Amino acid sequence: MLPQVLKTSDLGAWVEALMAESRVAAPVLKETSVSDPTDLKFGWEYVADPADVRLDYTVTVLGPKKFLWPPRQKLLQYHLGARAEPEAIIDHEPHVLFGVHPCDITAIGTLDAAFAKDVPDPHYLARRSDTAIIGLDCGAPCDESSFCLDMGSLYPESGFDVMLTPLGDAYFVEVATRRGEALVEAAAVRPATKQDMEAHQAFAEEKRSNFHYKLPYELKYLPEILDASYDSLIWEAIARRCFSCGSCNIVCPTCYCFDVYDEVEADLTKGCRVRRYDSCQLDPFAEVAGGENFRQDRSSRLRHRMFRKGKYILEQTGRAGCVGCGRCERACVAGIGIKDTYVQIAGRQ
Amino acid sequence: MTQIDIEKGAAAASPYVPKMARIVAAEQMTETERFFRLEMEGEPLVYEPGQFVGVTVFGVGEAPISICSSPTQGDAFELTVRNVGLVTNALRGFETGGRLGIRGPFGNGFDYDAMKGQDVLFVAGGLGLAPTRSLIRYVLDKRDDFGKVTILVGARDPNLLLFREELAEWVEQSDADTLVTVDQPDKDWKGNVGVITRLFKQVEMDAARTYAVIVGPPVMFKFAVLEALARGVPEHRIICSLERHMKCGVGKCGHCQIRDVYVCRDGPVFTYEQVKRLREGI
Repeated sequence: MLPQVLKTSDLGAWVEALMAESRVAAPVLKETSVSDPTDLKFGWEYVADPADVRLDYTVTVLGPKKFLWPPRQKLLQYHLGARAEPEAIIDHEPHVLFGVHPCDITAIGTLDAAFAKDVPDPHYLARRSDTAIIGLDCGAPCDESSFCLDMGSLYPESGFDVMLTPLGDAYFVEVATRRGEALVEAAAVRPATKQDMEAHQAFAEEKRSNFHYKLPYELKYLPEILDASYDSLIWEAIARRCFSCGSCNIVCPTCYCFDVYDEVEADLTKGCRVRRYDSCQLDPFAEVAGGENFRQDRSSRLRHRMFRKGKYILEQTGRAGCVGCGRCERACVAGIGIKDTYVQIAGRQ
Repeated sequence: MTQIDIEKGAAAASPYVPKMARIVAAEQMTETERFFRLEMEGEPLVYEPGQFVGVTVFGVGEAPISICSSPTQGDAFELTVRNVGLVTNALRGFETGGRLGIRGPFGNGFDYDAMKGQDVLFVAGGLGLAPTRSLIRYVLDKRDDFGKVTILVGARDPNLLLFREELAEWVEQSDADTLVTVDQPDKDWKGNVGVITRLFKQVEMDAARTYAVIVGPPVMFKFAVLEALARGVPEHRIICSLERHMKCGVGKCGHCQIRDVYVCRDGPVFTYEQVKRLREGI
């Protein structure tokens, strides 16, 4: 489908039309700092009023991951007593994620790969296959913490159904899939003119000039650079500041480690098995029942996370474990940044 | 991942749903270890020595447990469970006729084909005898396929020895050399005393044609590997089985990951050569 153009003033009507068909989630303003009115905190929420949608957002505190991969998800239910008859709970309904930035599109691709490879996980994949993604291109970096250009997540080639590019008072609308075509049918679009296409190209050029590399090396060297740093004292040095609080895991758009536990209903007739986000930074993460803990040192846990993000996930899934969104750095109370860490290990053995 | 992979996976069966199994025998083996023989209610469990299953006590949770029997023993399979956590504690209350949920089998198992025609030295400490027994039973049941078989078993004290009757049978068996030791003997104990590595002195071996299968607590593993290396067993012929925190069994939840390896999927059986490279292995 050739590119289309949607006037900014028609955006709300489109969101409203999408809301009639499925649940629509989008970035909204959550909080404004009291001390600094320019410090806005955005979050992903189900849209109640199209006027709440803030496509001028920079980065959300949490990514849109929670709609595909809820913090707490029931996996199965069973009866207590003689006949357990466990059965899977796979709940999903049509979703539209409206206005997903390139880093988060890339991160969803990582989750897709992690849950689809080897043994597929239908609890995630059923939600994913029922979710349409309307991307929103970035013209400039969110802030100092982001390094999406370095991590190769700034120019996703797939993983979205529609891509919007802001062009002043209109959006350039590119359709990537058949599902995207159906979504755009509900929008008051018109075919892009030569001027629109020129404006889109100008946006792309400006985007290229606004983003700069922050790592001193190319992404392809990161796994080897990490390997060479394994025994470096740098890990202990950085870990001295770490509180092992797990905030980095909670805000990460690609973290997918989970804990599993059982719950029993109050009337003792039924139970269910639940999974919830877990954190590799917490002390008991690798501890076995007998008490042996294989990553007891904080530094070994911190190193494990940095290796997982820069090397293991990439090697396992072929997709980036870190998309350079900068959320973990912003969330870290000790000011530990994954970008700074990847800078620090360069050239160290 | 393409849209096709996502859609195919969305329609796949959940890997997290246990199947039902019935307990056909249960026995309190020591104060802390309980033994179960189980039969699946549908298709029998198809497994290899060294693999493990997820055991569900409904209403309590699931725990990963090594299979301690060999597929040569028939359709039923056996587990030896140490009472150390929520699920294993609940298992104390299960008797013959009880039903449990089973997922799996998971993991790679022992590569017994590589050991065929070779000598096999088993070194099992404490609960390490459970996963080791799956291979010991396999090797003894297919005795002609293997060379010299030596079985070293150690426990803290005589009361903690597992499979005592079977150990006595193995000791009597002429086609295998079995030595049992305890760290702290009681007054009735007449056998070897001391840590398991002391038994190495009594073992004659042709190191170049020996596989050393070493399973036990991390501290035992270190010293037993050292003995095996000192006797000249090559690193890739020293085999171990690692214990890790596990929640999913299918390489997703992240708990059992050591560097780039998921113990639940790529292990739990590794060679010392592999463990050494992992660094965080032991």
